Amino acid sequence: MISRNSRYGLVLFTIYLVLYGGFVLLSAFAPQKMAERPFGGVNLAILYGMGLIFGALFLAAIYMYLCRPTGGVEKPINKEAGR
Amino acid sequence: MIYEASATAIAVFAFFVAVVLGLSFYLGRKAKSAKGYYAAHGGVHWFVNGIAFAGDYLSAASFLGICGMIAFYGYDGFLYSIGYLAGWIVALFVIAEPIKRLGKFTFADALDSKFNSRGIKMAAAISTLVISIFYLIPQMVGAGALVKPLLGFSHQAGVLLVGVIVILIVVTAGMVSTTWVQFIKGSLLVVFCAILTVAILNRGLTTQPRAGSAPVEIVSADDPVLTGDGVKVLPADGPWKDKPYIRVIDPANPLHPVVWRKLPDGRYARAQVARTTTDPTGNVMQYVNGKVRGKGEGEQDLLPVGSVISLPEGKQTTGSVGPLEFFATLEDSTIALWRSEKIVESPRVTSTLYYPIPTKGSDALTPGSHPTFAGVRSDSFIQKLDFISLMLALFCGTASLPHILIRYYTVKDQASARKSTVVGIASIGFFYVLTLYLGLGAMVSGMLDPTDTNMSAPLLAKSFGELPFAIISAIAFTTVLGTVSGLIMAASGAVAHDIMENFLKMKWDDHAKVRAGKMAAVVVGVIAMGLGIAFEKLNVSFLVGWAFNIAASANLPSIIMLLFWKKTTKQGITWSIIVGMVSSLAWILLSSQAYKDVYGLPPEDAVVPFSQPGLVTIPLAFLVLVVVSLMTNKQQAVTR
Repeated sequence: MISRNSRYGLVLFTIYLVLYGGFVLLSAFAPQKMAERPFGGVNLAILYGMGLIFGALFLAAIYMYLCRPTGGVEKPINKEAGR
Repeated sequence: MIYEASATAIAVFAFFVAVVLGLSFYLGRKAKSAKGYYAAHGGVHWFVNGIAFAGDYLSAASFLGICGMIAFYGYDGFLYSIGYLAGWIVALFVIAEPIKRLGKFTFADALDSKFNSRGIKMAAAISTLVISIFYLIPQMVGAGALVKPLLGFSHQAGVLLVGVIVILIVVTAGMVSTTWVQFIKGSLLVVFCAILTVAILNRGLTTQPRAGSAPVEIVSADDPVLTGDGVKVLPADGPWKDKPYIRVIDPANPLHPVVWRKLPDGRYARAQVARTTTDPTGNVMQYVNGKVRGKGEGEQDLLPVGSVISLPEGKQTTGSVGPLEFFATLEDSTIALWRSEKIVESPRVTSTLYYPIPTKGSDALTPGSHPTFAGVRSDSFIQKLDFISLMLALFCGTASLPHILIRYYTVKDQASARKSTVVGIASIGFFYVLTLYLGLGAMVSGMLDPTDTNMSAPLLAKSFGELPFAIISAIAFTTVLGTVSGLIMAASGAVAHDIMENFLKMKWDDHAKVRAGKMAAVVVGVIAMGLGIAFEKLNVSFLVGWAFNIAASANLPSIIMLLFWKKTTKQGITWSIIVGMVSSLAWILLSSQAYKDVYGLPPEDAVVPFSQPGLVTIPLAFLVLVVVSLMTNKQQAVTR
């Protein structure tokens, strides 16, 4: 039942979960860290938040690339989906 | 603030509605079958579907609510943006392809694909209905609140207008027209917000107050206006006792003192005073700063607010700024954020005071200013859990929202489901990046209505002229149409397809299925209109957060476990949905937020320790599913 696509999906999901969890925990337990300004005079809260949005897009693009139709296992799945 | 209906806004809005309805009637000729009505024949192009995801998802709460929250409280509104977008990762990586593979028209179909259980169908249909109704109420109330200032209609007229248009859209062509309405709305919203953002960056920041906006007057505690010779101060007695105000008598207008609010740094800021009096005959009068409230000669209305007090290095104005420079400059600036307090002076006199608090940009741009997120800056562990719980519910809720899930049945296969989700993430993510610019742009626009945070985005547009205001207002209204039609589609599918056709096993031909779906849509639409009018006075924006919590607790555990745990049984799924839904609903109704905002009781009397249930009820629903499945697994193996 678990196809190659969903394995890729789960790996990428875990990566994002760690990034998102890091953001939430940092905000909750070390809010002073969020006020630090590591780059361009912009604080970590904004950089991390924007990073999470662009990161989602980046991971989605990787997933699209991994799931392209030439990806071997894809063929039977496509057949099934084409019902 | 008093608004004059803008003829341009009405014209732009009428044009949008005409296009949308015309399109619906045109498409309606093609959608005759049940597959056409519920799933747009499964023939929507993935790109169109992706933008329609944005149109479906970016509700009035997203657009007006987040911009308003950022405009008044800074960074905290952006936390919603981050959470709302992160939820799409769950949708893309875990839910999208299986839900497409397993289902036909509704989320219940997918859950039930292995079991053919009436219990699952009923439980999933009820959770769909509950979530849709919770989500619908704020949309409908928002529609009413929006038309009043923008188009000059009454609240009821606004709710009825939205209800009738949406019912027409859904009934003519079901999911086909719903998809196109959402596509149009999604693209308009993203494109115009991008244009506004460019305009904000181009305008840059300035300490010059905008003409006609409220002046920020701040004096030290020993300033002559407070302590000088001949200055008479009213005693701080009655309701003013222990309040941080000084009331100075104005010799020219002795009935209406000038009120100064003590700031955290010990200085005093002059407040705008809105006063409502009722004389013994029941005649109500409204005053602003001692004058009769109004726009005419000798009258005054509350002045718009929001400005930069000082820029870094003593600059007066920055000129156009870059996207990162915008944040960096704001962090080193001081901004006037306006707050309000209502004081009941006597049974006949109520004063509401609006006062500026000079706030460092670096404070406004970190989490924790808004009451909902105050836990972040408090030392209380429980309050921090409340924040984590909300962020968890946003993360898990998106992929469990019924009106989002049904969109997966409008594309032809799993690859299209995946591609349209990526397009959805791109457009929604881009929009959420813009919300921070729009909100902060509104914060310093000098145009904010101190009484209504939801008007921030349209008023920001107004600072660029009448036409942008008209367009953004019309788009905001179209925003309500797109989301409400998606919700009514989801609810009508739950009633007609899941409950009547599958649970009650009514034998229908294709034509009757479509008719039942349309009738269910009309009924749900009428109920939504009734609720929209009934809840006019209630602050309902938090209902969206509740809907996310219920969706995440009721729906997500069963979807995930069905996909990844072979021992899941039909009883396990049914009980997990019921327990998830009931426990999260009960938690919400016993929370301090409900005590404060719904029942008007003291929030500290609330039964549950924090307001957001997700952190407890999502794991609980998982646990119920596992326990019940293990208990019933053997039984099923035997009967098989």
